[in-house]
This record gives sequence, structure tokens and C-alpha cells, in this order.
Amino acid sequence: MKAGKPNILVLGIGNILWADEGFGVRAVEAFHRAYKVGDNVTILDGGTQGLYLVQYVRDADYLLVFDAIDYGLVPGTLKLVSDEEVPKFTGAKKMSLHQTGFQEVLSAADLMGGYPEKLALIGCQPVDLEDWGGPVTAPVRAVIPQAIDMAVDLLRNWGADVSRRPAGEAVPPLLENDIDFERYERRRETAALVS
Amino acid sequence: MTIQTPNGFNLDNSGKRIVVDPVTRIEGHMRVEVNVDENNVIRNAVSTGTMWRGIEVILKNRDPRDAWAFTERICGVCTGTHALTSVRAVENALGITIPENANSIRNLMQLALQVHDHVVHFYHLHALDWVDVVSAISADPKATSALAQSVSDWPLSSPGYFKDIQGRLKKFVESGQLGPFKNGYWGNASYKLPPEANLMAVAHYLEALDFQKEIVKIHTIFGGKNPHPNWLVGGVPCPINVDGVGAVGAINMERLNLVTSIIDQLIEFNDKVYVPDIMAIGSFYKDWLYGGGLSGKNVLAYGDVPEHANDYSEASLKLPRGAIINGNLNEVFPVDLADPEQIQEYVTHSWYKYPDESKGLHPWDGVTEPHYELGPNAKGTKTNIEELDEGGKYSWIKAPRWRGNAMEVGPLARWVVGFAQNKPEFKEPVQKVLTDLGLPTSALFSTLGRTAARALESQWAGYQMRHFQNKLIANIKNGDSATAFVDKWKPETWPKEVKGVGFTEAPRGALAHWIKIKDGKIDNYQCVVPTTWNGSPRDPSGNIGAFEASLMDTPMSDPSQPLEILRTIHSFDPCLACSTHVMSPDGQEMAKVQVR
Repeated sequence: MKAGKPNILVLGIGNILWADEGFGVRAVEAFHRAYKVGDNVTILDGGTQGLYLVQYVRDADYLLVFDAIDYGLVPGTLKLVSDEEVPKFTGAKKMSLHQTGFQEVLSAADLMGGYPEKLALIGCQPVDLEDWGGPVTAPVRAVIPQAIDMAVDLLRNWGADVSRRPAGEAVPPLLENDIDFERYERRRETAALVS
Repeated sequence: MTIQTPNGFNLDNSGKRIVVDPVTRIEGHMRVEVNVDENNVIRNAVSTGTMWRGIEVILKNRDPRDAWAFTERICGVCTGTHALTSVRAVENALGITIPENANSIRNLMQLALQVHDHVVHFYHLHALDWVDVVSAISADPKATSALAQSVSDWPLSSPGYFKDIQGRLKKFVESGQLGPFKNGYWGNASYKLPPEANLMAVAHYLEALDFQKEIVKIHTIFGGKNPHPNWLVGGVPCPINVDGVGAVGAINMERLNLVTSIIDQLIEFNDKVYVPDIMAIGSFYKDWLYGGGLSGKNVLAYGDVPEHANDYSEASLKLPRGAIINGNLNEVFPVDLADPEQIQEYVTHSWYKYPDESKGLHPWDGVTEPHYELGPNAKGTKTNIEELDEGGKYSWIKAPRWRGNAMEVGPLARWVVGFAQNKPEFKEPVQKVLTDLGLPTSALFSTLGRTAARALESQWAGYQMRHFQNKLIANIKNGDSATAFVDKWKPETWPKEVKGVGFTEAPRGALAHWIKIKDGKIDNYQCVVPTTWNGSPRDPSGNIGAFEASLMDTPMSDPSQPLEILRTIHSFDPCLACSTHVMSPDGQEMAKVQVR
């Protein structure tokens, strides 16, 4: 960590084209829309970049990740996992680069040097991961506001500057060209995304 | 019973069936089943995938100018390639042209993606099929240094450097966590490298992982951000202002100089690390020439990297275009993506429904209606398949065919086409590799050939980047700073109903998008991606696909450790599980190998 404030990365990962696989990206997008953060905090839509995210992870002193997780919980359940609990290993025999689990990204950061000092994962149990072109399902969408609240608490605990944006503030969008949350799903009720 | 396929393979499914299945419901989307004979030689191969589907449903009625942003999300690695293919399809439909600068910048973005993907694919996925990481711990750092210095003058090669890498690796392995290296069949008899070569490769694994972040800076500079850079129908989204100082988003001399310096670095990395590693590793595996499959028979390339803006003719394309049939390198057929008779997709063995499945459909008329049913001889249930029935429907991948032929696409296909066209920039490097390894031309058609072609292409791409960077700078200095044409931006200027096709050579092979636009909105959108070609199932005539063909007749040293299967399938840089990275609580083994 450089003198002064830690570099904090708030990262959403997943595929927005694949139903609840989009949770992580949609959560970080909604967080960005609702909250303003200090200069030492980076908000990143990591998509399905896998191992390519390693440099962002190495640059971060503290890392907060939103992602869909399979813990066999009731769909739509949120789970906060911290530090060494966040699994550092992966078991899949890879058939494709894109299967690079995030655990593997963390391991690579560890091996190269630059593992984050603090680490947290806000995970959500998906309902449906196989509905291509499908939107985030209702149970998962419903908990995005809570996921954001969890992130705010956590970031404040880490000493980050996080403040609610005033209503109506123009925010440079994280996702554009019709793939933002409402337009992608062709919904009108934008307000439903934040508590 | 042996069946001969029309494309010349003898299938015998009477032997022991081995299922290599990384497919649980959520992680991994590819599965291979093979039958081996009493000597553990593969005599039948079946590949199946859960491909993305329904992009046409997502895109229907959207603004065609936004389609790139959706297609950029199809895949985590081909992001920019899909976006480029999409803007080209829209431009082709609407007759939109782009400025020279935009052409140079697009080529720089596309070639940077090629180099990035090839380097990362080789070092971080594929190398571990050839390199035994655990063996590196027993290497002698001094001997490793001597080996490294004998293959290249890359400066990171001292005994102390390798000793340090070995120490880090040892600590990692001893901590009980192999981390990124957890997935190997370490100690398998199919690993042939001495410990020193393994250690050198591990060092380069780490260097490549560190270096790849420099390459993607080119995407950030020209695309405004990364991941997910911006693209634009009619050009590129970055304005040029060479005299600008720190102007947000605009390309100035400082940024152009950064691009030049990254290009210099990647050329050096290819010349001094990647290509020498391929030669060093290849020299230990030159007796393992399995995996050729279709590459020596039927290959297809659409071509890419136009020298001149808006000229997509064969003469302008620096990556070759053409089709080769039945291994006849003396004749390269022209390829036309708009001809309904050339590319057609079949679904006889795919989980979709057509009104008449004996016929294929050209993508402009493509239909994607899911129809999931297992063949009568499948074992297990629909939700837990124990064994597929390749006689019935068995894959989510359609079967694209070029004039009825199953085709291999990818770096090897491109280089075989360039070789057959006698283009010196493709023929000479291939001949040099073969001569240096003491191998005949036929050795090119192998798993090793596929892996070597990728390295040669990365090297080629670096020099092409230098060419287009120089061209861009010269053009700007001549006073041309145009990066986009917007005269046809507004839908009011468009015809009521049009169609178009855009194509690229993605790192893993020929990629095209077909679009129909009606009343300013997308009416139909079909993508045929490289892994649809390579991973395709059988077709109505019984031709097997490229993955399937590549596994035929390969001996396995131990069927419970399908290293040979992974090695060959990985050599295609497959693109199937484009999206999943869902964590499981205990990092459980998600892949399973079943020997029945």
C-alpha cells in the first residue's frame, strides 16, 4: 500500500447474457448508480475476463467482489465471505480459458505477488444460469439492494468514503449501448434496483 | 462394427467408453466421449457443447448500432473480435464506409487481441498440457540458465533468476496448494520435458502473465476503456488530436508513442520467448504427431486485416481467405459468405428443430428453435447423462458446413491456406520450423502444428501491428485525422430492409455475423463462431466435426488421465464455456473422468 489511502477495487463479475450469471455485473452497476466513492476506490465491470483481471487484483489493497456463487443455498440468498474464507483454489479440469475460476485469478495474484490485504465476496445463489438471453431472475434481482447495503457497510468498515448520490444526479453509466440493466431487460422500473 | 465416415475416418464404438466431462450443470460446457480399443487407442470420438444460443432473441428489434455491445459479452476473450465483426456486419448491410485511420486502428486492436489471446492461451492454458510444473521443482537452476541462453538471448535467464522462480514455486507447492497449477496430471508418462525445460516454461508462464497487461493497454488507448472497449459503426470512437495535451479520450502523440513502445515489446517477447519456447518444447514432442484430424483435409479461413479501408477483397486481406478440400493444397477455393450455397448449418445431431432437418440453412435464414431430446441409445437421464447417443441429437452446437464439408478453422487453418497459396510470409516460417525440427510437411497437420501455427501467427501479428502503427502515424502527419464517417448514422437514411455480413479471423478461427435490418431495427442476427465449426457434431451425411476428427487414432497412456484428449482439444483454443466462473464452496473437483 502506498502512503495514505489503500487502493480499493469493487469488482462485479459474470455474464449479463446468461440470466443470474449477470448478478455480479448488475450489482456493481447498481452500486455505482446509487453511491459515489472516494478517489481511492475503483468500480469495475469485470465481465467474464477471468485471468485477465489479475492485474486489477494485484493493484488492489482491498478487494470486494460481487459474483454468483453456488453454495446450494435457497436461490436469491446472499452470502458474505471474507479474507481466507474466499476460496483460493479451483477444482475444474479446464477445457476452456473462460472457465478460469476467480479462485484461480487470486492464486495467480498470490504467486506473482500482490495478493490483496483484505478480501470480501458478496455472493448470490442463482436460480437460473442457463437461460441465454434471459434476464436476472426475480429472486436475484430482489436482493441486489441488500447486496449494495452490505457493500456500503463493508467499504465504510474499510475506511472508504462512500456517499449516497442525490436523487436525480446524472451518473456516467458503467454499461452503455442498450446493455445497461433496464434497457437490456426492457424494463421501466429503474427505481427497483436500490433500496 | 466399423463405420467409415464420408470425410474418411473409421469409427468403431465397440470398445471401452471414456467420458471426459467437465460439464456439471454450471461449470464447464464441453464434454468428450471416446471409445478406445484394447490398446487404449481412440477409435470413436464424440464432442458435445452447451453453446450460447438465443443471441438473436436478445438482439431482435434492437438498434443495429448497439449490437456490438451485446456481442462483446458473448465471450470473455473474444470481446473485441465479436464487436468488430458486428460493426462490420452493420456497415456491410447499410453500405457504410470507414476512414483509413479507423481501418488502421481497428487492425491494431484486432492484432493486439490476437497476440494477447495467443500468448495467454499458450502459457496459461495450453502449456500445462506439455509442461510438468511439479517436475520444475527438481530442476538445476544453472542448467536451466544454460538451456535458456542456448535458445534465446532474452535477458531474464540467469541461474539466480531461475532459482528465485523455483523457490516461489516450491513454496507454493509445499503449501499444499498448487493454485493455478492444480489441474495437471503431474507425473503422467506423456510429459516429456526434462526438469530444466519445465522450469524455464514456468518462469515464462509468470512473465507472460505479467506482460499481457501491457498488450491490453492498446485496447484502453483506442477503445477508451478495458475490459469491454468501445466500438463504433462507421469508424472508431476515439478522436485524434496529435497536438492535444492530456485531452481526455483523444489520441495524441504521447499515446501513440506508448502504443509504439508496446508493439516493440510484444515483438521482442514473441521473438525471444514465445517462438523459442515452442521450438524448445516442440523438440521434445516431435514424435507425438497426433491430433491432425481435419487439418490435413478440410480447412477454412475467411481472411482478415484489410490493408485498405473498406476493401475486403482477397487481395487486400493480410490474413488469407480460402477453403481447401480433401487435402489438395494445389487448389484453394474462393469463399463467399453471402452465397446461400456455401455456408449452411445443420441440426440433425443438434438440440434444435428445423422443418426439414435433411437440409442446412444459410445463416441469413437461420432458425434457432431448441429441441432437447436424447437418442434412443443414450444412457442416464436428460438431467444426468451418463453416455450420449451420437446416433441421435447430442449437442447444443449446430453443425456448420462449407459446401457440405466439415471444416477446421483457426491459426493452423489460416496458415495452411497461406502456405497453399504460396505466400512467403506464411510458407517460409512454417518451412523453417519444420526444417529446424527435422520434420516433414505432413507433421504440420497435428496438435503440435496447431500450437506452432498459433505462435508463428502471434509473431506475424506483432510485425503487422508495427506496419499499421507506422501507417496510422504517417496518415495523421499528412493531415488526415478522420476516425469516423457519420453521414449514414441516422436510421432515417437507411433503406427499409437490408441484410449484411461481417467477418473477422478471431484468435481461435473464422467468425462471422449475419444481420437483417428492417425499419431501422434488427430483424435477425446469427453468429457462427469458430468453435461452432471446430466443435460441431456429426451432420446428416455422417461427417464428424474437427474436434472429433482430431481425437481419432490417438493412443492414450492412461485412460483415467485423459491428458492426450485435453492436449488436442486445448490446441484449438476452444471457446465454449464463455461465461461461467461460479464458485463452489470447497473447490470441489468439477471434472470427472469415467471409464466404462
